[in-house]
Amino acid sequence: MLEGILIGLQTAFSIQNLLMVIGGCLIGTFIGMLPGLGPMSIIAIMIPVAISLGDPSAALILLAGVYYGAIFGGSTSSILLNAPGVAGTVATSFDGYPMARDGKAGKALTIAAIASFCGGSIGAILLMIFAPMLSSVALLFHSAEYFALMVVGLSAIAAFAGTGQVAKAIMMTLLGLIMATVGEGALFNMPRFTMGLMDLQSGFAFITLAMAMFALPEALYLVMDPARSKSGQSGDIKDLRITRDEARSIAPVIGRQSLQGFFIGVLPGAGATIASFLGYAVERNIAPEKEKQEFGKGSIKGLAAPETANNAACTGSFVPLLTLGIPGSGTTAILLGALIALNVTPGPRLMVDDPQIFWAVIISMYIGNLVLLILNLPLIPYIAKILAVPRNFLIPFILFFTLMGAYIGQNNATELLLLVGFGICATILRFADYPLAPLLIGFILGGMLEDNFSRSMQLYDGVSFVWERPMTLGLLVIAALLVILPSYRARRARLRARGVADGD
Amino acid sequence: MALDRWIGLILLGIFAAYGYAAWFTMDGSLAPFMQRNPIWPSTFPKVLSVLGILVGLVIVLGLEKGDKPREENPSVIVYRQLREFKLGQAGLLLGLMVAYALLLRPAGFVIATVGFLVMGSVILGERRWITMIVVAGIATGVVWYLVQVVLGIFLRPLPAFMGI
Repeated sequence: MLEGILIGLQTAFSIQNLLMVIGGCLIGTFIGMLPGLGPMSIIAIMIPVAISLGDPSAALILLAGVYYGAIFGGSTSSILLNAPGVAGTVATSFDGYPMARDGKAGKALTIAAIASFCGGSIGAILLMIFAPMLSSVALLFHSAEYFALMVVGLSAIAAFAGTGQVAKAIMMTLLGLIMATVGEGALFNMPRFTMGLMDLQSGFAFITLAMAMFALPEALYLVMDPARSKSGQSGDIKDLRITRDEARSIAPVIGRQSLQGFFIGVLPGAGATIASFLGYAVERNIAPEKEKQEFGKGSIKGLAAPETANNAACTGSFVPLLTLGIPGSGTTAILLGALIALNVTPGPRLMVDDPQIFWAVIISMYIGNLVLLILNLPLIPYIAKILAVPRNFLIPFILFFTLMGAYIGQNNATELLLLVGFGICATILRFADYPLAPLLIGFILGGMLEDNFSRSMQLYDGVSFVWERPMTLGLLVIAALLVILPSYRARRARLRARGVADGD
Repeated sequence: MALDRWIGLILLGIFAAYGYAAWFTMDGSLAPFMQRNPIWPSTFPKVLSVLGILVGLVIVLGLEKGDKPREENPSVIVYRQLREFKLGQAGLLLGLMVAYALLLRPAGFVIATVGFLVMGSVILGERRWITMIVVAGIATGVVWYLVQVVLGIFLRPLPAFMGI
């Protein structure tokens, strides 16, 4: 492990990679601050740039920096404008915005930055401990277990979608999976489901799909609903200091939420959003009665809790990505797609085959956190000026960048038409409350899922691998339970509410 | 029937068509030696189509009920507000994107992009022509330089009839 850390340090501290971290964090903060643009859209827009770098470590470091920056920028707009860019920073606005209204915007930003820094750094330490452990277990896995594990991951994403949403999330996952079967696969040398169209021969492009699923609908919403993109003067931001008493009171909150957020982040499907809401709720419940009254009115604990938790969860979501090659969230799914495009397959072999990538990413997480704290925080009053850019200029640029992203990835103008088509479908799906992240995760995992399934079928000459390998069976049972339990419990709760007696 | 169930019906149709292809038409062209394999190119799609049709039925028949209204989440859009939305602008912008896709090659990057950015702002109600053209021109130049020179990806700057 020490050797790995040294390799990571060496890679991460090269001039190029340091610039990547700094650049990524700045770009992420810059764009993440724009209301309505979340980390997923930003990373999707940055992918063509990262891929054309050619060096997988640099690309992943850049994208991870953008991810952190975007989350930090998102909390800035929640605090200053009460306009969270992403669901993960909604809880931040509960207490951050009241503080800003009281003229304590500078202090709120400092607390958010410190909480994010601690959450991210502690998360990175936990990642260093847990990822190698998990990946040594994962090395024992065969393709049958991989298949089962991916099924577990996909069903967990569906299960965490919330009541009344499980079927829709599964539907979206399956839609992603069938989209992944279009085109010519490596396993069978025949085109499938191309309907005779040459353009579909190589399947759908991942970047186009990522842009169409996230960046384009967000931009369209900004157009359709002007209230979402309220821009305005954020006022003067001064007095960035916090007192020693305040630091002392948020320290235990940060400690608890770093751990809790990290472990929630590790679970597939539960990401920064759940971690931040849960963190907020837990801290409010365990706070003394007097402080409990302050929650929602500008409590520093109420601000520190979700900020710590969402950053720790972001770090945690890298664990399944780096060790199992299974993304647990939309953002890590996009990162996985970028890595595959660079010919790196994340999974347990990553630590053995490409230790410099694995460790450099972890090390650059620390650097990224530091950059956010010492570089971005003093710059925030200036960066916040971007909030004053009129939307009439902003929106055409966002649309233009999505188009460019899809175009330079493929160098094919047909791709742009596909982008618009998928974008319209994605917008309609979001109107109907269908979650889009499962679709992209299904699309990215689809190829690997089928490969592992086919390999196990060939090795066992049929589906007998399901019951002949206990671990596979166990994982598949877990997957089934994950899907069935939430609906079963919701049903029982409904019956109980109606006064129908239940079994026990 | 609510919008999500109508969409469920459409998705059900997609899965049915997909399933039809997987179960009945795909295997016809399979080479004889591949038929001895335990796994065919259509095996995985067959499984997916069955699952998709089952889940689609669950959605269309409304078997799974949510027990609480949607959370107070700003990223969730209630489609009943649709009438308050500026659908016209969104439609025009989408049309503009299609036009951009069709014109990018024939008109060249510079003209297409400046046109796109200016028209986009115009659709959104901007009327400061000089500012728009200057901003769009600078942005186009910067992006062209970044893509063509820094990233090394070819983008034809000028219209097709003017060479390269």
